[in-house]
Amino acid sequence: MSDISGFIRQDGKVGIRNHVLVMPTVSCVNGVVNRISREVPEAVCAPHAHGCGRGSPRDLEILFRILSGLIHHPNVGGVVLIGLGCEVSSTSRLLPLLNIAGKKIVVLNVQEDGGSLETARKGTAAARQMLEELKSRPRVPIPWEKIMVAMECGGSDAMSGVTANVALGSVSDWLLAKGATVICGENTEMIGTTDVLARRAKNEQVAAQIKQMIDRAEKLTRDIMGELASLVISPGNMDGGISTIAEKSIGCIFKGGSGTISQVVDYGQPPTEHGLILQDGPGYDGDSMAGLAASGAQLMFFSTGRGTPVGFPVMPVVKVSSNTRVFNAMADDIDINAGVLMEGRELLELRDEMIQRLIRVINGEKTKTEINDMDVFTFMTVHPPF
Amino acid sequence: MIDNILIIHSRDNVGVAVKAIASGEPVVAGGKELFSTLEEIPTSHKVAIRNIEKDEEIIKYGEPVAVSTRKILKGQWVHTHNLESKMWKK
Repeated sequence: MSDISGFIRQDGKVGIRNHVLVMPTVSCVNGVVNRISREVPEAVCAPHAHGCGRGSPRDLEILFRILSGLIHHPNVGGVVLIGLGCEVSSTSRLLPLLNIAGKKIVVLNVQEDGGSLETARKGTAAARQMLEELKSRPRVPIPWEKIMVAMECGGSDAMSGVTANVALGSVSDWLLAKGATVICGENTEMIGTTDVLARRAKNEQVAAQIKQMIDRAEKLTRDIMGELASLVISPGNMDGGISTIAEKSIGCIFKGGSGTISQVVDYGQPPTEHGLILQDGPGYDGDSMAGLAASGAQLMFFSTGRGTPVGFPVMPVVKVSSNTRVFNAMADDIDINAGVLMEGRELLELRDEMIQRLIRVINGEKTKTEINDMDVFTFMTVHPPF
Repeated sequence: MIDNILIIHSRDNVGVAVKAIASGEPVVAGGKELFSTLEEIPTSHKVAIRNIEKDEEIIKYGEPVAVSTRKILKGQWVHTHNLESKMWKK
């Protein structure tokens, strides 16, 4: 008997939520989505700033991959997709890319469906009906092998790499031993760790991909920041006791634990392997969360030292503070305090508490970001708009 | 005794101060007094938990994070004044 439950999708994936997602294909119709959100607060509405105005093959690849990734997301039971009509990622271009067998999707376009208010009215009715239909779907026992947990850090402080990320790492190792998948992104925060990570690769091909990913992140950082590239390790980091870029980066990647790295995936790409996965994605929290969610992570642990309240639509985020001060100062926002490791608490005790919380969150308990509606949906772009 | 450093990995030759430790104050980890500091260790900074030779790797998280530029004694502060990065040297 499994200790975790969820919703089995027709494609074999497993959701830990049964959300109705209301998403625009393009920012022009965000107002329609916001209006539906006010009418149907139980639906997960995900306005964003993208969908048109960019034409490079890489940007288009990312755009379609991320929008498809959210529609396909295992925590989503049904979708109300709001299009405009003339945008790059129009519903007519997006729908043929989708494999939505068994998932209800209602498609509306403002240019076809009577304008903004009428489209919002139709979307509201569709979202309400979908919520009603999904209510009757029961949770069923699910195996850990179907769970993918993302590990993220942001708003870090000097203790993030010493307490919170160490705690996340111990949870990662536990998950991997259970047969679950763990995914980490943030390639800029892997700079300086090529040897450490490549040594843990499953095979030479994965090792070469790790090296290539980190080399590219380092080159990009140097190209963009020039002389300031060394600020990736900042004076503030050094005041906090971090001495080198390798020390900072290993403190970041430690959140993925110490397991064998089974695959490197591109930004937003679903892995085909189990185990520990690295994603070639950016360090910026919002962009990184979108990439990890589009890859299929059902939930995320997110460590923070300064205290970031941000969450993500469709993917519950469990916030872990690196210190007790922030845990108390932002009690509304932080789920777990890893600062207790500085106060004599044993790592294994904290890990077990985190696993118990993880199980409750999988089984439906809301995280602070879910309670607070702190979702942000933004994703990486490569070239400027035109 | 309440711990005042964290040792992240068993291979590490440095610990991380979880509060400021005065010069000469005992260093405590796992409830045990290990040794006394030879100088002040600021909060969240590293202290050598064994003697480290010149050009020896500084190990934290069980991994090399830097190389020492001089001999560092157990109880000394470990930071940019006595180590160097293997990459991105300024």
